[in-house]
Amino acid sequence: MSTTLLLAILLVIAAVAFVLGRMRAGALSQGRSSALHSRPNYYGAFVALAAFLPSLILVAVWLTISPFVINSAVRDTFPQEVKNQSEAQQSLAHGMVTTIARGLPFLTEEEIAGIRQDPSTLQSVFAARRFAVAAEAQPYMLDSAATLNAMSQTSRTTLSALALLLSIVGAFFALRMVAPRFRARNQVERVMLWSLLLASSIAILTTVGIVASMATEALRFFTMVPAHEFFFGTVWDPRFAGAGASSSGQFGLIPLLAGTLYIGFVAMLVAVPVGLFAAIYMAEYASPRMRSTAKPLLEVLAGIPTIVYGFFALVTVGPFLRDISAQLSGLVTGDYTSFIEAQSVITAGIVMGIMLIPYVSSLSDDIITAVPRALRDGSLGLGATRSETIKRVILPAALPGIVGALLMTASRAIGETMIVVLAAGVAARMQLNPFEPMTTVTVKIVNQLTGDLEFTSPQTLVAFALGITLFCITLALNIYALYIVRKYREQYE
Amino acid sequence: MTDIAQQASGQIIAKAPARRDIGIRRRYAAERRFRLYGVAAITFGLVFLFLLLWSVLSKGYTAFQQTELTLPITFSQEIIDPNNKRETDPQVLQTANYPVLVRNALAEKLGVASSNRAALRQVSGLFSDSARVELRDMVMSDPSIIGKTLPVTVLASANIDSAFKGQFDMTVDEASRKVSDQQVAWMDQLAKEGVLAKGFNTGLFVNGNSSRPEAAGLGVALIGSLYLMGIVLVLSLPIGVAASIYLEEFAPKNRLTDLIEVNINNLAAVPSIVYGLLGLAVFINFAGLPRSAPLVGGLVLTLMTLPTIIIATRAALRAVPPSIRAAALGLGASKMQTTFHHVLPLAMPGILTGTIIGLAHALGETAPLLLIGMVAFVANVPATPLDPSTALPVQIYMWANEAERAFVERTSGAIIVLLAFLVIMNLGAILLRRRFERRW
Repeated sequence: MSTTLLLAILLVIAAVAFVLGRMRAGALSQGRSSALHSRPNYYGAFVALAAFLPSLILVAVWLTISPFVINSAVRDTFPQEVKNQSEAQQSLAHGMVTTIARGLPFLTEEEIAGIRQDPSTLQSVFAARRFAVAAEAQPYMLDSAATLNAMSQTSRTTLSALALLLSIVGAFFALRMVAPRFRARNQVERVMLWSLLLASSIAILTTVGIVASMATEALRFFTMVPAHEFFFGTVWDPRFAGAGASSSGQFGLIPLLAGTLYIGFVAMLVAVPVGLFAAIYMAEYASPRMRSTAKPLLEVLAGIPTIVYGFFALVTVGPFLRDISAQLSGLVTGDYTSFIEAQSVITAGIVMGIMLIPYVSSLSDDIITAVPRALRDGSLGLGATRSETIKRVILPAALPGIVGALLMTASRAIGETMIVVLAAGVAARMQLNPFEPMTTVTVKIVNQLTGDLEFTSPQTLVAFALGITLFCITLALNIYALYIVRKYREQYE
Repeated sequence: MTDIAQQASGQIIAKAPARRDIGIRRRYAAERRFRLYGVAAITFGLVFLFLLLWSVLSKGYTAFQQTELTLPITFSQEIIDPNNKRETDPQVLQTANYPVLVRNALAEKLGVASSNRAALRQVSGLFSDSARVELRDMVMSDPSIIGKTLPVTVLASANIDSAFKGQFDMTVDEASRKVSDQQVAWMDQLAKEGVLAKGFNTGLFVNGNSSRPEAAGLGVALIGSLYLMGIVLVLSLPIGVAASIYLEEFAPKNRLTDLIEVNINNLAAVPSIVYGLLGLAVFINFAGLPRSAPLVGGLVLTLMTLPTIIIATRAALRAVPPSIRAAALGLGASKMQTTFHHVLPLAMPGILTGTIIGLAHALGETAPLLLIGMVAFVANVPATPLDPSTALPVQIYMWANEAERAFVERTSGAIIVLLAFLVIMNLGAILLRRRFERRW
């Protein structure tokens, strides 16, 4: 039976076990609930957990391990000359066997007999049933496929039987354990505590998953392309995956990093002054009414999806900059050609800067308002104007925190994807003119991984090397920023 | 009284010694300038917010209307099935030249001779090629209509649609325009006769993707986004709440919990595209789940949303005063009962607010979905979360890359739909907070 059905049946058993456990507890107490250690529901929950949890774990473990066992058994059925071939060819044969195994149950007896006589007809027979078989089948493959089907059938039946048995046995023993002095609540709560701990460890698992998955794929990439060529290469020219083994292309990180940093720099040039002044005004000057309208409005900017910013850059800001630059150069030189391209560093930078304004302003706002009142009052009392107080007292006091906030904003600028995909261009080159397109690490990750891919070519795997670079840079920025902010917070506590 | 006061103050000023010049005028000017910078910064931000919204709205509001042609079409046997073979060969009805039916009906209405080939070609440019599918489906579902004349509504072509909405500059030379003068004249004539009219664009919300802008819709993307949001909600709310309860109420202060905390803070700042790489490597490459499936997208977005929800939930739990816990513990409740019976219900409004904001964030996320292949051209509505699908922001990305002018309108329309969903979700969060938030 299918896994879904099995789980459904297990759940039904658990529900029945809950009711039985409850009833047994009720019968034991003879109407006096104080005779029981726990409330009747906890006895029910205990029995249900005993029925469900062990078999659930069994199903999970079985489903993880059984494919490996079956696969190695199927490979054992291959004839010796296939086993002598290279690993890649074996896995190719194995893939074909899996496809054939999936199609076999749909064929009639005569068709199977026909294929046995003449394996070359397999492809056409399967195609008639809408199963695409990649190459011409070998005679042994039919047997291997039959073995595969038989084994997975056995595995599924065994699993179902074992899981149901385990579930019923678990429920039975748990029911036997129900007694007035039995501490059902403590048992149930222990399971709950463990599941809470499990949920919170998902955060660690995610980080481990990110690092492990990207590191393994990146290491595979570095076996094909030397690491120093990637990290110090100045040319990005990956070619196409199918171009042949001789032209593996060049994967230089430097031009992408340069573009990322340049666009991020332009964005910070826009976001930092605007965001900081907005924060200062909101924190120090604005009336409560103005603050309560302007602050949420600015924060709307942070709630708009970045794809919308990208579209805005693509259809509004980019063409506007191009047209206005044409007019400007026309006024000065008489030649109406634009010197700003529609996709350029400055387009992407400005729009990304706008997106970052609310990050800078709300982070700095929190930090500025956290500066103790006494510092402010002291300065004002000595006769300084408010702007003098801000410039000479508050900002120096808040500086570490603000630097932390700016670092966090910078890490966001480096990791931003959709704006640069739409507005920065795809040309990987190193130049200093902000009016021309450059490209970033994130754009190239998207470019290398959209469309059909195979996970064996450096053209695809380079995305993981880029990804782990990006992850490390943003992680370092964030850890340093958090460190600064935390240290600063301690200063005033 | 006032006179005396004025006199007195006048005397005082007169008597005061000349003050030392401390540059008060200059300092006040600096103060005013500084304030002005602040106002300018806020104005700059708000102006761009306004420009952004205006740019999208002004380009996109017309996408909610679509120009349609309603006219009687004769399903003539000579064109659909000239050799009368449809009984034996079902391919005949599949491949019949249906657009000609519409062309002939229009030509008849406009009085174009059937021998005038150039004019007929221009007539064909009036209506969308999607009429082929529409008429084919009509005939296939009821072959008895062959030979009859029925009123049918077909979409106008994208160019006529744009022209009818007044988006083309008619002063441009005819040769470099997408619609000819003749077509515009016909369009006006048809509009006067009531054949051509603008109607609400249901197709935008129902149709799948199409390479023809007038027939392209958000149907698949909306269903895909719905699946994504469902998966994210079902997975991230329980896991996020469980994790926060553990960290906030039960966790002992040790290295492990410190590690978890640092991890959560860092995960909240990891670029979203990295989650896409994680999904590609783990869920698709390692676990073998299908590409382009909303299930994988939902898992990736869940991992991405979890830190946001955990941070919001912990803040909500922390806001519940310790007196509640002390009272419950004092009455003999266990720690688990205190948390689940008393603290959690009181923190629920805050948790739900944080969850909605996290979901809104996930709804607008594009980059990770591009990497797990949800950027496919999907024309059929996905039946399960394992079928290929797109999502709303990804559809916007795909349309933004199309060159045709009419797609700019569609893209902006799709952005309006996306923003409308976000506004509704955020308003819901604000209302929830206003209605249920308690101050202790």
